[in-house]
Amino acid sequence: MEYTVHPLGDNAVLIELGNEISEDAHQKVQTLTAFLEKHPPDWMIEYIPAYTTVTVFYNPFEIYQLSDGELPFDFICSHLKPLMEELGENKAKEARIVEIPVCYGGEFGPDLDYVAEHNGLTPDEVIDIHSSGSYLVYMIGFAPGFPFIGGMSEQIAAPRRDTPRLKIPERTVGIAGMQTGIYPIETPGGWQLIGRTPVKLFRPMDESPTLLKAGDKIKFRPISLEEYHHWEEKDQ
Amino acid sequence: MIKVLKPGLLSSIQDLGRTGYQKFGVIASGAMDPFSHRMANLLSGNEENDPALEITMMGPILTFEEDTLISICGGDLSPSINGQPIRTWRSVFVKKGSELKFGGCQKGCRAYLAVYGGFAVPEVMNSKSTYLRAGIGGFKGRALKAGDVLETGKPSLQSLKMNDFLSKQLLDKAFVENDWGIASKLIPETVGNPEIRITRGRQFDLFTHESRIQLFNHAFEVTAQSDRMGYRLKGPSLALSEHAEQISEAVNFGSIQVPPDGNPIVLLADRQTTGGYPKIGQVAAVDLPLLAQAKPGDALRFAEISNEQAQQLLIKREMKLKELKQGIFLKTRGGN
Repeated sequence: MEYTVHPLGDNAVLIELGNEISEDAHQKVQTLTAFLEKHPPDWMIEYIPAYTTVTVFYNPFEIYQLSDGELPFDFICSHLKPLMEELGENKAKEARIVEIPVCYGGEFGPDLDYVAEHNGLTPDEVIDIHSSGSYLVYMIGFAPGFPFIGGMSEQIAAPRRDTPRLKIPERTVGIAGMQTGIYPIETPGGWQLIGRTPVKLFRPMDESPTLLKAGDKIKFRPISLEEYHHWEEKDQ
Repeated sequence: MIKVLKPGLLSSIQDLGRTGYQKFGVIASGAMDPFSHRMANLLSGNEENDPALEITMMGPILTFEEDTLISICGGDLSPSINGQPIRTWRSVFVKKGSELKFGGCQKGCRAYLAVYGGFAVPEVMNSKSTYLRAGIGGFKGRALKAGDVLETGKPSLQSLKMNDFLSKQLLDKAFVENDWGIASKLIPETVGNPEIRITRGRQFDLFTHESRIQLFNHAFEVTAQSDRMGYRLKGPSLALSEHAEQISEAVNFGSIQVPPDGNPIVLLADRQTTGGYPKIGQVAAVDLPLLAQAKPGDALRFAEISNEQAQQLLIKREMKLKELKQGIFLKTRGGN
């Protein structure tokens, strides 16, 4: 697999696998991270996958002691080389499909009407378009379990709010430009809020602490307020 | 048991960070000044990664419900026990019923209080660090409040040896300080306006020639909008040669990002896992303690070093620390 390496501080190396956001670069990132999960190098502490890069963290002093005086970054680069050569291109695996139920509009989606108006649609049409799209989770970042999702229709795109809200409740679904996403924990934010899901995205006590992972496919399914409350009770 | 009478400005339990979960977007957290955190633990006979209390600017008032061995490293926030000043960077045996109080910031702005056995808090996702924004880890996922009661863990054999040795000298005093501590030459020099060594960031070359020069020739003030997530700096405005959208990628402790307003942000312990702003620089790990001790109003100056130099300096520091660890171990084993 073709790649370039760049130091990111004294304890991490950023491996670049492409220079634009694309399903191809995403697939390469997936292939490398699947490998790192399955065969974690003994010098690796953890890794962060992103759109076109995978960053691997290590303990520089432990490596220095192991490596007979070689500088840690050089040691890591020389150990990455055979590993990257061994990796084939695009070993696509079957994507997991995760359904996200969403209660659109009302108090959960105070900006649904704005998004509709902005695009010359009715609120129901916005819901139809949003929940019929095919979405791919490119990466997780910014906050625990926050998905960077691709695939939203341009028909329902809307600019960020001029003044960000100070508090957006957890599990709120929003739109910013051509992006859609879900806030896993309460944070400030400037996205247009169109609904909320009863499903928890961040589960700190679970073995896998987030519902979504890079590479997942998402389907949004509209639910009623009753279903929402029912679901929330069930989930407690 | 330690009771919190006053919590201070921001006192939270931290270890050396939550590793292994950044791929899920979970921030690392951990001590802002890992060097001082590790030292405080070593002087209490703990493991380097044990949870200690990170104390910011205005410290807390704590009472000890039982005899406890403590050590305070990092910034000098004028700690005193029952009104009598105590020294930092050494072990101190504190008698039951005594009160620990902090005063003004003399040097730096963050102190680390370690207690023998460490603070007994549950582990969440592999770490005992407080992740303030998500409300998990540390003591109930938050900063200390008045009335909190902190439990301590089981002391190590080494802690107990230090403890025995010092307790014999206590007599009727409220505390006794060890007669040896960390030599001052090993302590990073915390000055008001530090020079921070940095390497070039991944997007360094995308900045204008002028911005690249200004980065190293001007001071940048740490503004009041700074917290554990990052320091927002104010200085000459830095700009890209041409507008270019960056693709979000991982960031690290000490990454210097420049948003479109031109004011750099240095990312710290509570940084997000990924970021989309161009990175003009990266603070060398060896100087992270200096950075963490800078407070709002301080001026930072950046000096460029190569990646090779940054690594060599870090290795040298770690070698010294290793010797120091052996020294502490030998001194304690021999009953001081």
